[in-house]
Amino acid sequence: MEHYISLITKAIFVENILLAYFLGMCSFLAISKKVNTSIGLGFAVTFVLTITAPANWAINHYFLKKGALEWAGFPDVDLSFLDVIVFIAVIAALVQLVEMIIDRFSQTLYINLGIFLPLIAVNCSILGGSIFLVERDYTFIESTVFGFGSGLGWFLAIASMASIRYRLRYSNVPIKLRGLGITMLLTGLISMAFMAFSGIDL
Amino acid sequence: MALLNKKSKAVLSDPLMNNNPITLQVLGICSALAVTIRMDTAVVMTLAVVVVMSISNTVISLLRNYIPGKVRIIVQLSIIASLVILTDQFLKAYMYDMSKQLTVFVALIITNCIVMGRAEAFAMQNSPWRSFLDGLGNALGYGMILIGVAFFRELLGSGTIYNFQVIPDSFYSAGYENMGLMVLSPGAFIILGLIVWVHRIAAKIEED
Repeated sequence: MEHYISLITKAIFVENILLAYFLGMCSFLAISKKVNTSIGLGFAVTFVLTITAPANWAINHYFLKKGALEWAGFPDVDLSFLDVIVFIAVIAALVQLVEMIIDRFSQTLYINLGIFLPLIAVNCSILGGSIFLVERDYTFIESTVFGFGSGLGWFLAIASMASIRYRLRYSNVPIKLRGLGITMLLTGLISMAFMAFSGIDL
Repeated sequence: MALLNKKSKAVLSDPLMNNNPITLQVLGICSALAVTIRMDTAVVMTLAVVVVMSISNTVISLLRNYIPGKVRIIVQLSIIASLVILTDQFLKAYMYDMSKQLTVFVALIITNCIVMGRAEAFAMQNSPWRSFLDGLGNALGYGMILIGVAFFRELLGSGTIYNFQVIPDSFYSAGYENMGLMVLSPGAFIILGLIVWVHRIAAKIEED
């Protein structure tokens, strides 16, 4: 249990997928103008990451890894070079599926997430999460925890950024620095704040 | 130069300054910053993106009349993914150390919005030659910023440029210290923010 708690705090704070690995920057910069939409997108990313991480773990473990096809009688086959293309297909398919399920069962959530769900398929943090779990050799539970933690970390980052940008409207930023420039500088500051957690070892 | 008339030249040079993919279109920042701790990784990453983007733009433009509108995203994605896998395998075969340092970020070129963005916005409507130039120009514009960020991070963070030491030893003995912040991720954000600022002043562009 302690191992998982340490993994999740690491994924949220110390190795935040956005602030330490720069993944998912595009939608982060584009969406963080509004607080409500940022929170919606944050939820969607957390949700999709929690589902795709274990799904891609299973695909990698039973199909792609070297020797993974032993159960089918091909112990020497190594399909690991196919991993990214399979992962992206799985992510796209799962996002589509999740969208349909939400549409069927929860109209309010569907309307709130709206256009963000399909966009998530090309959010680098989702594919990045899947590639990381292969590289770090996580187990099934570890990858679920890692996916959830990374999503939550992304959520925290975008929610705080949106709130800061909201307050920023009342301040006098140099004209040429407005928009992308000041957002990058602020992201740097948030990232510094998150690095303060790096000394904590659970 | 019949191949490079004025219009084609504009397609190639526009993304370098007036319509830079990173600082103005705000595309492709995802995989950009993590490889900028040192200049050599940034250069290799730039080359990988140049290869992937120019070929993918050309191929998609060649196929543009045969791709059905409804499934175009998945077609584009699979073309890009195949090229990225080729690049990744090439790096693993010939530059193993480098591919170890770049880790997942070569694979993440697939979801780099700039590749998809240019395929969708330009290659689907233009001739192969112009699409090739557009891909090349955007990849170079992207690489320019990447290498710029890497230059400052390496100079300030490790005192070297392309692995050559430029800060003399006498500075260190006089109490000069490398700036640890630049090696960590906040350094990348701050340097990029400043580069965006300078670039916008130079290109006279404002955002609301």
